[in-house]
Order: sequence, then structure tokens, then C-alpha cells
Amino acid sequence: MEAPPSGYYEIFGIEKKLALDVEGLQRRFYERSREWHPDRHARASAEQREFAEQATATLNDAWRVLRDPVARAEYFLTAAGVKTDAKKTPPDLLEEVFELNMALEEARDGDTGAKSQVAAALVRFTAMLESLDADRGALFLRIDLGDAAAIPALRALLDKRKYLQNLVRDARATME
Amino acid sequence: MSLFQIDFGGQKEHKVIGIDLGTTNSLAAFMDLTGPTVIPDPQGEVIVPSVVSIPEKGEPIVGHAAVERLITHPERTIFSVKRLMGRGVGDVQDELKLFPFHIAPDSDTVIHLELGGKKFTPPAVSALVLRQLKQNAKDFFGEPIEHAVITVPAYFNDAQRQATKDAGRIAGIQVMRLVNEPTAAALAYGLDKRQNGVVAVYDLGGGTFDISILKLHDGIFEVLATNGDTHLGGDDIDNLLMRIALEDIASEWGVDLSSDAGAVQRVRRAVIEAKHALSTAMAAVIEVHHDGKSYRRELPRELFEKLIAPVIDRTLTPCRDCMKDAGVTPDEIDEVVLVGGSTRIPLVRQAVRNLFKAEPHTELNPDEVVALGAAVQAGILSGHVPDKLLLDVTPLSLGIETMGGIVSKLIHRNSTIPASAAETFTTAVDGQSNVLIHVVQGEREMVRDCRSLARFDLKGIDPLPAGMAKIQVKFLIDANGILNVSAKDLRTGKEQTIEVKPSYGLTDEQVEAIVLESFEKAEEDFSERQLREVRVEADRILNAVDKAKGDDAYMDLSDEERAGVDQAIAELILAYHGSDHNLIHNKMDGLNQATLKLAELMMNTAVQGLMKGTKIDA
Ligand SMILES: Nc1ncnc2c1ncn2[C@@H]1O[C@H](COP(=O)(O)OP(=O)(O)O)[C@@H](O)[C@H]1O
Ligand SMILES: [Mg+2]
Repeated sequence: MEAPPSGYYEIFGIEKKLALDVEGLQRRFYERSREWHPDRHARASAEQREFAEQATATLNDAWRVLRDPVARAEYFLTAAGVKTDAKKTPPDLLEEVFELNMALEEARDGDTGAKSQVAAALVRFTAMLESLDADRGALFLRIDLGDAAAIPALRALLDKRKYLQNLVRDARATME
Repeated sequence: MSLFQIDFGGQKEHKVIGIDLGTTNSLAAFMDLTGPTVIPDPQGEVIVPSVVSIPEKGEPIVGHAAVERLITHPERTIFSVKRLMGRGVGDVQDELKLFPFHIAPDSDTVIHLELGGKKFTPPAVSALVLRQLKQNAKDFFGEPIEHAVITVPAYFNDAQRQATKDAGRIAGIQVMRLVNEPTAAALAYGLDKRQNGVVAVYDLGGGTFDISILKLHDGIFEVLATNGDTHLGGDDIDNLLMRIALEDIASEWGVDLSSDAGAVQRVRRAVIEAKHALSTAMAAVIEVHHDGKSYRRELPRELFEKLIAPVIDRTLTPCRDCMKDAGVTPDEIDEVVLVGGSTRIPLVRQAVRNLFKAEPHTELNPDEVVALGAAVQAGILSGHVPDKLLLDVTPLSLGIETMGGIVSKLIHRNSTIPASAAETFTTAVDGQSNVLIHVVQGEREMVRDCRSLARFDLKGIDPLPAGMAKIQVKFLIDANGILNVSAKDLRTGKEQTIEVKPSYGLTDEQVEAIVLESFEKAEEDFSERQLREVRVEADRILNAVDKAKGDDAYMDLSDEERAGVDQAIAELILAYHGSDHNLIHNKMDGLNQATLKLAELMMNTAVQGLMKGTKIDA
């Protein structure tokens, strides 16, 4: 018996697209679970049970990743060999991040004016995160249509998103 | 599976029972056409208290008879052994203060209980309870039962699950699946309940607390998240009341009873009786008679509730965390199911009502619902419940130790199981021939704050310059919630040998040793019986194939296909005369595979015949 595929798209038997219909994917997840789950093969041969376990494990891992657009994009780009650089400050944020750090320091020293400055920055960064998520869909479609230029753009978007998330989290932690 | 296999044997149908192996009480159930039903002993009793007593001479005493001996032979009678499963002596200092029995010195990774000069591990003690249930099932069905689904608290870690499986093996039970207790309860309830919706299961037993949130979806029971505390339950309430009673007695009588094991058990029984009474009455009396003296204390429900409120509060944080992980709010929870004897306490019900803003279900007996659900799962595994399927999760994150004692998480908690993760390892110095991987379970960042699970030693790596070796290690948490690790050398594609050193629990060899020296020597020929049984199956399939060879369809096969069948027959016969029952199983599968086409052809002929028949009739 052949081993089940280990790729996430392959285990679902779907095309390698970034834009996915998650509801459809969920239906497929349930269908394949009914077919492959080890509980369905408890009395089968050792070989069949092995297949059921491997296939279901990959299916579960794949469902966890593909249902989430960010995790899916990361998986897609890693599979395509595109490297990440999330530690670097995105150039268009340099100035604002510098100001935020200043304000944070002052806020730590008890400056109430700085505190409201931090709060305002947090609102701006959160809005930025939301608009990044809104832009993501368009990049997904472009890549799916074969626009290679969109790939580095998506990588940059994900890096910026990760950077902003860390920034917001750390700023919130300092303010508490 | 082909029809041929069903027709001609393949796997013989064996009964699979469901077992709730509880801290306080255990019981078994089975599934028939009418649904799940509990299995009584010959006296009609369903519950086997999880108590084991080892007398000076003769067989161990299990269940109700052992409960009596808690007072008469406290140092030889073990209760709540589930609290010790998969733990080291360092983990259980609190309970040891309350246990009258002795712990042997070498108990760091596996606790050894010392009773009358003999040593027992917790799995060996649990196995005695399982054996009793197995015996009851045998008496009930009039045939031996060797396959079971056993339930475990959802929040049990890897070592605790493994210990439960070991207990099964020691009892001569093939453990088909470990199922989480709250999930089992949901299965039992789900039978005639809603087809879709979100359900919370709150399980407060004697020693453990679990909360699980599930999504029901056309027969699929998908666990969204689970949480709990493996050291929280009715026992904690008992201990609280005992402390008060013992203090009272000390000041009234001027004697400290706490070092008198028999007396302590007497007090324990008295407070438990009062606790149970308070679930229906507004007041109860704790009454202890000992050495001609009497102690009596009225306990109104109001005071009782004030005392136990902190214990019940401890269940609320796991509930909130669980909802958060499941991504649901209390309003989105359609139903709440109560499981476990301690949910009979009105204050517990009130707390659940307040938290989930729903009236909890209590239709099914909370003592039985877990075993009933285990029986449903047994039915699913046997293929009798085709419309239901359980998708459970792992309760704890799995990670490996990296530089600086930091945990790198590989599989996150609440991932649907089976779940897997792969990681590639290399060597740090030239010529290095092994790599040690430390696997832990838990949610914290640092290794020291997590639970050590095992150390895996990748051995026999080809000597290469540092960083050149590439060993891919696959971590797979199976449907039982137990970790399996395999490794492959990516350069050669060869399987890599791994030596496993579990941090807590028995090694395979130790379990085997216990199995061998276990009490009923009759059980020793378990594998012999397995061999006998599989040979009977092999006989049947060989006969069937022999007969099929006389069928017209056989001549329709190609020469090659016929040669394949003969080859498979020869291999099966060879294995048949050996003593490896697994090999015989394999070869039977091989023969089934080789005769797939034949079966199909025969089926077709049969179907054609049938269709012809219909036409003539019409
Ligand atoms: N009527 C009751 N009122 C309060 N507690 C009860 C009642 N009946 C049983 N219990 C408690 O429930 C616990 C046992 O519940 P059970 O579900 O059998 O536990 P386990 O699964 O841990 O064996 C014990 O602590 C017992 O005292
Ligand atoms: Mg229980």
C-alpha cells in the first residue's frame, strides 16, 4: 500500500491555490475524516491501520493550517522556498516605531501625555493590521493567477503583519 | 474492505466492551442493537469500587469486598490509585500524606506501593480492577472478553495515558482505544439528542476534573477544546471535611487520630456519608464511633457550601480557558452535560448554571454515562455505529528542549488527533554518532516548568562533519493521545534507531515482566490463545479460498493472478506453522489482497444471476 501524500494540498486533493473556500474545505475535511479516521479501520490489517493513522494525521495538520489564511500563506511561501525576514523593521514604519518607543519610555516614567500618545499609536497600528488583512485577499488572487511579482509582496505583507503584531503585543504588555 | 473478506472470514468478530476506570468507581458497558447497556456482576451490581486489597494469603480482593477492608486492613488496601498513575513520587506528596500504604524508596519515575513485602506499581493495581471487570463481562456473556475501550480524564498527559494502557495489557486486555471521559459522555448523550450544536461537558469525579467543548455535526463529535485539573475532585472535599473532623476530635477527645490508619478511614467514611446526604438534605451529621468514644457534628448545607466553595471555584478557570480556546462564548453553548458523582452537589450545579447560562443535563446517571459512552465508541470501532465519529484533541502542547532550556512547541494543545510534526536534527561536532532529544508536555516557555515526557536517543548516525547529518524526526500523537516517534536519515532514507527513555512510567520490558508474573497464571497463555484463535481464522479463510478455486471465476483470472494466489496461500501456511500470531494475521491479509479480484468476479457473477432472476420474475 502506498503511503498517503504528505503535502497539505495533496492530502485534501485540491489545487495549490491561496484563495480557498474554507467552508468547502471543511466539508471535505469531514468527508475524508469519515473515510480515513483510525476509528473506521480498527479491525483492518496493520498496514491499513498505519495508512489510516498517517493519512488522518496529515489531514488534521493540513486542516489546521489551510483553514487559517495567514498560516496557509506561510505554508504556501515556505513550500515555494520564499524566506522570511520578520525581525527587520519594515522601512515605511521606521519613523512611527521610533516615536512609539520614545513614547513608551516616557510612559514608563509616568508621563501621562506619553501614555495617551501610546494609546493613539496602538489604535493606528491595529487599524494598519486590519488593512493588511484586507489587502491579503487581492494578493492571493494575483498569485493564484500566476502573477509572480505578487509573491514578494505577500512575503513583505506577512512580515509586516508579524512585526506589527509583536509590536502591539509588547506595547500592551508594557502599558499594563 | 472487500466483500470477499467479509464472506470468508478475514477478521473474526470479537466483542469490544467499554470501561470507565475511575478514581473511585469503575464499570463496564457494551453496545447492542438497543444501544449501550451496563454490565452487571453475577450479583447484579454494576459498580466495582476501584479498591484493591492484598491479603496475607490468597488472591487479591477487589471492589465492594475490598472497601470493607479499608477500615480493617488499611495498610493493605489501596484506593484512588488512579491519582498515582503515570506519576513519580515527587508529584504526589500531597496524596501520600493521606494514603495509609507505604511507598518503596525507588519510586522516582514509577511509584512502587509496598504491601506486605510485595511491590505493586499503579498500573498493576489498576489491572486488578480491570481484571474484575473482565471477569464480570465473561460471566455476563458466557465467553471471554479480551478487547476494550478504556476511558481516561481528558486532561491526562502522555505518561498517565500510557500507564492506563499498560494496566490494560497487564490485565490481558487489548486496549482498542483510550477515550477521553467527557467525550465519551457526550457520545452517550448524543445518541438521541440534537444533530448539530455546541455542547459543554463538565466532569467532576472523585479525583479529576475535566471540561470539554464539542461541536456536533451530523454524527461527527468534534472536540473544539479541553481543559481540566487531574488533581481536583470529590476527594478534595472529603479531605477538607476530614481535617475539620480530625481537629474537632483531637480537641474533644484529646487524641490525634491521624496516625491511626483504620480510624482515619472511619472518619473518611463518615464525612463522605455526610457529604452525600447534603446533596439532597439541608443538613447532615458527621458521626464517628471509635474505641468506645463518639463524635457527632451537625453540618448544615449552608456551612458546607461555604467550606467547599473554593474547591468548586477551582473548576471555573479551566472552564473559561476552555471556552476561550474553543472560540465560543457562554451564549453559543447550546447544551451542558454533567458527569461524575460530584456533580450531584447542588452548589456545583449552581456554579455550572451561572457560568454557562444554561440548565445542565442530568438525565443519564452520572455514574454510568462515561462507561456507556465508551461502549458507543467500542461500537464505532467494531463498525456497528457507522454514522458516528469522534474527533478528539490533545490536551497539552508537545515540545522539545532547545538551547537554554527553552521549549520549542511542535504540536499545540487542542490540536485534533492524530496530529503530527516533523523536525530535522543535525550534529554539532564532527563525527558525532548520536543526538539526544528531550520531549516535554505543557504550556510554559521553559523546560523546567513543563512535564518531561521522554528522552529519545537517535543512535548510530554515520560519522560526518558537524552539521552534515540530517535526521528527520516525526512526532505523531495517535488517536489515544499517546506520542509515537520515528526517525529517518534523510541522506540515506533509512529508518533511524531510537532508544526511548520515558521520564515517568514503565518501559515496555517492565510491563512485559509484570504481565509474565501476574496473578492468574492462566492468563499467561494469552498469546497462546491468540495464536489458537488466529489459526482458526486462517483455517476458515484457507478453506474458503480452496472452495473458491473450484468456481468458474477462478479460471477467469490470469496465470499471474493465480500464481499470486498460490504464493499467498503458501506464505500463509508457512506462517501458520510458526508461532507468531501477528505474522499469521499479516499473511491472511496478504491472501485477502491476492484474492480481491477473485472475490469481485464471484460477486459479479452472483449479482448478474440475481438481476437475471428479477427480470424473469417481472
Ligand atoms: N450524592 C453525592 N453527593 C456528593 N458527592 C457524591 C455523591 N455521590 C457520589 N459523590 C462523589 O463523587 C465522587 C465519585 O464520582 P465518580 O464519578 O464515580 O468518580 P471517578 O470517576 O473519579 O471514579 C466521589 O468523590 C463521591 O464522594
Ligand atoms: Mg469518572
